[in-house]
Amino acid sequence: MRLEVEITGKTFRSAAGGTHEVLAPLKFALCPGEVGVLIGPSGCGKSTMLRIILGLDSDFRGHVARPPQARIGMVFQEPRLLPWRSVEQNVRLAAPDVTEAKLSELFRILELEAHRSHFPGELSLGLARRVALARAFAVEPDLLVLDEPLASLDDALAGRLRDEIATLVASRPVMTLLVTHSLDDAVRLGDRLFFLSPRPARIVAEVPIGIPRDRRDEAEIAAIKAGLAQRTQGDRTERDVS
Amino acid sequence: MLRLLSFALFLAIWWIAALFVGGAKLPSPPAVLEVMIAEASSGALFLHLGATLARVTLAFVLAMSLGSAIGYLMGRVRLADKLGDPWLILLLNLPALVVIVLAYIWAGLTEAAAIAAIAINKLPTAVVTLREGTRALDRSLDEMASVFAMPRWRAFRHVVLPQLAPYIAAAARSGLSLVWKIVLVAELLGRPNGVGFEIGVAFQLFDTPRLLAYSLTFAAVVLVIETLLVQPFEARATRWRPRAA
Repeated sequence: MRLEVEITGKTFRSAAGGTHEVLAPLKFALCPGEVGVLIGPSGCGKSTMLRIILGLDSDFRGHVARPPQARIGMVFQEPRLLPWRSVEQNVRLAAPDVTEAKLSELFRILELEAHRSHFPGELSLGLARRVALARAFAVEPDLLVLDEPLASLDDALAGRLRDEIATLVASRPVMTLLVTHSLDDAVRLGDRLFFLSPRPARIVAEVPIGIPRDRRDEAEIAAIKAGLAQRTQGDRTERDVS
Repeated sequence: MLRLLSFALFLAIWWIAALFVGGAKLPSPPAVLEVMIAEASSGALFLHLGATLARVTLAFVLAMSLGSAIGYLMGRVRLADKLGDPWLILLLNLPALVVIVLAYIWAGLTEAAAIAAIAINKLPTAVVTLREGTRALDRSLDEMASVFAMPRWRAFRHVVLPQLAPYIAAAARSGLSLVWKIVLVAELLGRPNGVGFEIGVAFQLFDTPRLLAYSLTFAAVVLVIETLLVQPFEARATRWRPRAA
């Protein structure tokens, strides 16, 4: 059971009739229990890549191998909740098999207990994002895809949710794909980091992190980040020279 | 309270107008009420009202279910939209009278012909409204349902239907008012009972009190159905929306 992505290209046709390349050839694979992180500038085609991986867009060249029975948990960039269903119904509709105990646990961790019967229109964006996380976790996914899940949350909550994601990923052999702008999130959560180029996106560097997640302490995280910063800076100067 | 006051004002204007114009052309409210009571106690009022209501119900249900299905299909499938559009424009602009007369000529002065003719008149507006509703569906929620592998029926019921509900309510409301109007024409032209038939009789006898008695009772029934059925459905379908202050 592995996620294998091999995209040889993806073009968009614009309304004016022109075509432009969104994705350059790129290839990567993800094993159960592994967290892959996609890092790249805004508009580089990350979301397009996710849509292809999720099977929402079949108009591309290449091949994506996903275990056919894999349950997918997805946190979109916007929460994408059903405004006419309550918070609890939103989660239960996506995860009909979730037990009451599991649901209570999730709502407790995400601090949503008070909002169970609220409608999404009554929630702040931060709360709605947490509901989207609860929904993705409740399905007990085999493939978890997180598209900037911690954006626009305060640091304390983002930190706790990050730990929560780490716990979930550690408890089950789930393949996780995380899209983020934050190097900090990437280094704390990721097992392998994929740095993407501006449009059309290709993988500029693939950086595995050898130390298991639960044994990375602050000093090591800082060291990895410093190493990465140096590296990306190095890339930039190289490009400037050429 | 304000509604009652407005109704009282209507009665007052009517009464004053009746005094000026004279009873033959515009009978006063008590005169009309008298006819209403007489017709009700003989049972004729209920018979005719019942016949009309049955026709309205049948034609309305037929047109709404068929129209919603066709509208949804045309909103989702491009080919269906291209094929159906000319038919739709034709039906939308075909006068109700033409459909009713043709139906009676082709299928005889039968109940089926009357109901079919009424339904055909209502059908295109339901199709147009539901097609617009389907076009306005939120793609991103469809994607969410597909990623979370929601079964088709569950996705339709919880993702699609709530988005269509305001359009269904709008189609139902405009459709109901259309059906109320057309059913009387169909009855006038080719049915031996119903409010439309009675109005035809009243016209031939120049019997204004009778005409008003039937049409006002009919209007009252419409009002009751609107407040007890259509409005609660609308309120329920949109209860998740923040209220306007």
